[in-house]
Amino acid sequence: MSNAMNPTPTQPLDPSAPGRYSKRPKYSRFTQQELPACKPILTPKWVISVFMLVTIVFVPIGLASLFASQAVVEIVERYDDACAPSGTRSDKVRFIQSDANKTCNRTLTVPKHMKQPIYVYYQLDSFYQNHRRYVKSRSDKQLRSRKDENAVSTCNPEDNNVNGSTIVPCGLVAWSMFNDTFSFSTGNDVQLPVTKKGISWKSDRDHKFGKDVFPKNFQNGSLIGGARLNESIPLSEQEDLIVWMRTAALPTFRKLFGKIEVDLQAGDTIHVIVQNNYNTYSFDGKKKLVLSTASWLGGKNNFIGIAYLAVGGLCFVLAVAFTIIYLSKPRRLGDPSYLSWNRNPSGH
Amino acid sequence: MKMVKDKRKKMHLSKMYSLRRKGFEEDHSQIGGPAPYSAVSAILPLIVVIGATMVKEGIEDWQRQQQIEILKDHEVNNRKVKVHRRGGVFETSQWKKLKVGDIVKVEKDEFFPADLLLLSSSYEDAICYVETMNLDGETNLKLKQSLDVTSLYNEDSKFNNFKATVKCEDPNASLYTFVGTMNFQEQRYALSPQQLLLRDSKLRNTDYIYGAVIFTGHDTKVIQNSTDPPSKRSKIEKRTDHIIYFLFFVLFLMAFTGSIYFGVVTKDDLDGNRMKRWYLRPDDSEIFFDPKKAPIAAIYHFLTAVLLYTYLIPISLYVSVEIVKVLQTVFINKDVHMYDEESDKPAHARTSNLTEELGQIDTILSDKTGTLTCNSMEFIKCSVAGTAYGRGVTEVERSMAKRVNGEDHFDENGTEAYSHLSVKGYKFEDERITNGRWVNEPHSDVIQKFLRLLAICHTAIPDVDEETGKVTYEAESPDESAFVIAARELGFEFYKRTQTSVSFMEFDPKSKKHVERSYELLNILEFNSTRKRMSVIVRDDEGKLLLLCKGADSVMFERISKKGRQFEEKTRDHVHEYADAGLRTLILAYRELNEKEYEEFNEKFTEAKNSVSAERDDMISEVTDQIENDLILLGATAIEDKLQKGVPETIDKLAQAGIKIWVLTGDKMETAINIGFACSLLRQGMKQIVITLESPEIIAAEKSGDKNSIARVSKNSVQKQIAAGKAQINASKSDAYALIIDGKSLAYALSDDTKNEFLDLAVGCASVICCRSSPKQKALVTRLVKEGTGKTVLAIGDGANDVGMLQEADIGIGISGVEGMQAVMSSDIAIAQFRFLERLLLVHGHWSYRRISSMISYFFYKNIVFGTTVFLYEAYASFSGQPAYNDWYLSLYNVFFTSLPVIALGVFDQDVSARLCLKFPLLYQEGVQNTLFRWRRIFSWMVNGLFSGIIIFFLCMKSLNPESYDKNGKTAGMEIMGATMYSCVVWVVNCQMALAVSYFTLIQHIFIWGGIFLWYLFLIVYGALPSSASTTAYKVFVETLAPAPTYWLVTLFVVTASLVPYICFKAVQMRFFPGYHGMVQWIRHDGRANDPEYFQMVRQQSIRTTNVGFTARSIARDNEFDWHLER
Repeated sequence: MSNAMNPTPTQPLDPSAPGRYSKRPKYSRFTQQELPACKPILTPKWVISVFMLVTIVFVPIGLASLFASQAVVEIVERYDDACAPSGTRSDKVRFIQSDANKTCNRTLTVPKHMKQPIYVYYQLDSFYQNHRRYVKSRSDKQLRSRKDENAVSTCNPEDNNVNGSTIVPCGLVAWSMFNDTFSFSTGNDVQLPVTKKGISWKSDRDHKFGKDVFPKNFQNGSLIGGARLNESIPLSEQEDLIVWMRTAALPTFRKLFGKIEVDLQAGDTIHVIVQNNYNTYSFDGKKKLVLSTASWLGGKNNFIGIAYLAVGGLCFVLAVAFTIIYLSKPRRLGDPSYLSWNRNPSGH
Repeated sequence: MKMVKDKRKKMHLSKMYSLRRKGFEEDHSQIGGPAPYSAVSAILPLIVVIGATMVKEGIEDWQRQQQIEILKDHEVNNRKVKVHRRGGVFETSQWKKLKVGDIVKVEKDEFFPADLLLLSSSYEDAICYVETMNLDGETNLKLKQSLDVTSLYNEDSKFNNFKATVKCEDPNASLYTFVGTMNFQEQRYALSPQQLLLRDSKLRNTDYIYGAVIFTGHDTKVIQNSTDPPSKRSKIEKRTDHIIYFLFFVLFLMAFTGSIYFGVVTKDDLDGNRMKRWYLRPDDSEIFFDPKKAPIAAIYHFLTAVLLYTYLIPISLYVSVEIVKVLQTVFINKDVHMYDEESDKPAHARTSNLTEELGQIDTILSDKTGTLTCNSMEFIKCSVAGTAYGRGVTEVERSMAKRVNGEDHFDENGTEAYSHLSVKGYKFEDERITNGRWVNEPHSDVIQKFLRLLAICHTAIPDVDEETGKVTYEAESPDESAFVIAARELGFEFYKRTQTSVSFMEFDPKSKKHVERSYELLNILEFNSTRKRMSVIVRDDEGKLLLLCKGADSVMFERISKKGRQFEEKTRDHVHEYADAGLRTLILAYRELNEKEYEEFNEKFTEAKNSVSAERDDMISEVTDQIENDLILLGATAIEDKLQKGVPETIDKLAQAGIKIWVLTGDKMETAINIGFACSLLRQGMKQIVITLESPEIIAAEKSGDKNSIARVSKNSVQKQIAAGKAQINASKSDAYALIIDGKSLAYALSDDTKNEFLDLAVGCASVICCRSSPKQKALVTRLVKEGTGKTVLAIGDGANDVGMLQEADIGIGISGVEGMQAVMSSDIAIAQFRFLERLLLVHGHWSYRRISSMISYFFYKNIVFGTTVFLYEAYASFSGQPAYNDWYLSLYNVFFTSLPVIALGVFDQDVSARLCLKFPLLYQEGVQNTLFRWRRIFSWMVNGLFSGIIIFFLCMKSLNPESYDKNGKTAGMEIMGATMYSCVVWVVNCQMALAVSYFTLIQHIFIWGGIFLWYLFLIVYGALPSSASTTAYKVFVETLAPAPTYWLVTLFVVTASLVPYICFKAVQMRFFPGYHGMVQWIRHDGRANDPEYFQMVRQQSIRTTNVGFTARSIARDNEFDWHLER
């Protein structure tokens, strides 16, 4: 086998002979790891220009978003406290669960001219629409079409009635639907109509909530959750329900209640009649009514604008700082005096 | 077997993970079960991951199978041997069919198929010569002799009625002992190792032998010496396991915290009959959310949370790393720079497990013969009558010249010079001597004697080719044959040996003709390691009695007579010079004897030889000692133990890279030291610490024969020598030390109570040479270094005797250039030449290490980013186990959107080019010191991931909630929030990758930007599916995200904000605290890598003081020169 006595072949090597180098690897840029590539390195020029570029892009965007946000007029009215009798929490809970008249009047003043459409939101606090039990407790199948009416296996505990007939729409989400109502009138008692058309996503109306699905056995159990539904209107037209069924991401959330399609003038007073039905008292949640216009960026949220300005500003500061550092501590590129490696004794 | 083990280990983590998942998905049909996502979405990525692993393993298995197929031809078991059937007939049979007790006939140059008892041979006295290269790496032939009683059975037919009974020891691993008896013709005879022919050694110089099979297969000594192939895993992989364990711990901690909170909140929901969060119906709840059984709900929740947070664990990590490693091995296999034209062999990585380990080698343990040297001796120089002859250039001299003269100069005169000298074993070049011109030299008579001595004083056997008349020689060792060849080439052609005479052709200067001379051979005084010389006594054709002697300088100079010292001083200088160049030197001397002297000697010598007492050897050496005296010095020879191509350069480079090189050889100490010099591992001025048991007291103890006392005395002596060595090193740290230890001492030095001392000593020395070490000792030394220092150890060797070492080391490299498969078969990577080690380590090793470590760090980073967002969202969903992301976003994260760029990083990234890797060997220390995968770096990446995750979550949350999200007054629900956050994560993670890459190929661009693009594509396609399939993602991109400027603005600034900290860090680090690769990058960037002057300056500054290699050597030499000048 091994004959190390003659390791060198005696026959002459002839590289031109065909097939001689049969096992020679074929050259390709891939296998030789010589693919063309750019080898970026963070030189001062690059660092400073990157930061400057970020500044240049971010500051205008920030300003634009901030202006957009500033242009939005928003009225926020918290009414949960005011619309319930003062007292302890349990008093309030008792009140909200009673049959007492829960009508409540609020007056809002328009601070600035509000151009239509004016969006009406309700905002809930500490309401965990993102709780796993809650999120899962629905049946998309049942909502979508009539033939899957009995697909309620995921809806526990709001799946069937005491007498065994299925609830449509089933599940905790639908059952706990928000049922406060608001009606608006101007100072001189002119009704401000609230449109519900188009407050939900179109895809939901068209594809997720069936035109042939009608509420059935809804809210007639022993425990009433939230709103009742008109059994003669198909789910695809129950926009309040559709909006509610899109669960919110966080425990504080707003949902569209409707739109007011007239301009409101600065200084106008608006009377709101609130039917305060929804129980947030047992879990200390707040309820707010929000009237807001919308810009190209959405509602009144300075955060994006400020964040843009902050990041842009920070990058400007960094660009300046790096410039100063590079200038004050110049280092000849590739200066070998930085090669301190050889002083590292840990190799032993 | 090995494979299975590997696989099991590799799979176990991902399996652990998948089993856990599966377990909970069984009962998932019922809503509210603990699994937070749907079963299909969880299983698909697992199928992808496991499928990829299976494909990869399948391909590797298939390749291995192919390899085995090819090897079937070579396969040992199917080799043929002649076996005695009955009636004196021998038939050819396969090795595997041999049984104990069979009589076999082995012919010249065949391997022994099993451990055999020598019965008889073609020689009358039943001797045979055996080459044991494969066992111990020794190249000289060993003599074996059968018992006298069986020596007559030397023909096939005689075995007709042969019957004998052998009793012997059980199979064991000791190569040098054998105890047994043979009952033959009702007599008992003792057996010794002298009669034992070991499997895997080879019959030489003997036409045939007959032997009886004693041990077969796994009982043979050579197999007993082999260890089970260990399953090897790289250190990085092991550390990765630890990180995974750590992440699992974090995962459990997170899940635990969450469950406690969840339990408390859940319990709080129901107070008697009063419900707090009534909309959750706590009064009518299944067990997972039941406030009445909150602790149990919390436990269930714990399981849910564990499943949800598994996104912290990169499941695709292992398979991605393996894919990358397979590609690394492809790169190694396909590297044209590691292809050897002579043997037509490319490099071949046999396992893909260890590529990154190549970048972390701290110590190389190298075999000598076949690895560093070619095992061919070449007569290259001589010094006759005080004049140095020979213009041949040794490998070392060439490389040193190259260093001084710059790179371009040497190539021509280097490789060219070889080609016209085609005689093997002879590289002597000097026009003053060759072609008979020596006659005109001043001391031509001395030269004549010198050459005659070369032609006569040896034990080689000539073999004359009858057709061409060419003479070749069979010699005990290659240096022996180099002498005879040199004599032949210089006109003294030895062509015939009988028991009593030596004949040679000689050029006679007087008659100008070739004349035949035949000298009567009277005695041969053989070589042994204590005598360190051999002599012959001959009577020349004029009747003069001559004693011709050659030997090591240490014993020869003292035997020179006063008259014979004419050339002593010059010869000594030359010998010194030769030795420093790594050449093997021998001193040649002669004396004339008168008849009386000889008679006297011969009488005593014969008496001594025939004595059977224990003092026989002593008597012989005493007698010979007397006669080998009063010699007249002729000169000295220098033989080059030819190094493999490029060995000095490679060793120098590796030494500059800070890698320690140890030589473990089965060869004699002198040979090993010579090679040490030849490779520049040793040099003049280096202090040698020699540990040996050749001291008189030990020899005395050995004579007493008491095994225990020998062991005790030897051990004491070794321990004393080690302690002395350590004291010496501690006394003066500035000197460079070399440790040389022989096999016998090594046996004691490796004993449990001494080995740590020994290791301390060895680590303190710049080079270590272990000679006369057995295969087992090589393996033990390897294990000692590996376990004692905790550093990565690479072993390289070519022979069967290196197998143990290769398997024991963290990485075993087999030399495949020469024939012989055992070493290659047990290696992890096979290369054709030692010099390819340079590229394998400095380029492939460095890159692989860098790639794998960056890749793993990055894997953790990206999963932590994702895991953090999931966890933070949980905190806002009262830890109920509801992710913001759609099931499919969750499960495809690891597989599709983020994996490919990491794999591209692992496959293609290069911090500096191959050329610069080789130019700045110290770059390699990054791997040895593990700067890229130390805990600090891993944790910085993790912290980076944590911060990115936090930034992403809070910025998204703040900018999306609770105000309306687009100009139509819609607010952002969970699906919008989830998709936006996920987009940010995908962007951040991929851009971070783009920032981390230092070698941007087109493929990287495709993968990184493609990953992001893929995410959007997925959103569109998935969103277009019917809403029953796409659930929350239904039309989410087309309808809600894409038209809203908010979505794009949020993505832009979240991504920027998450990356700014990293850019700052990187900019500062790159500029002011660059790592070594950073510095080299600067140099490249400045375009100064080609400026030789500047480059030299940088390199000079970066070179750590190295003590071995020719660079160190020439520096040391310069210093010495300066020092002389000052004096």
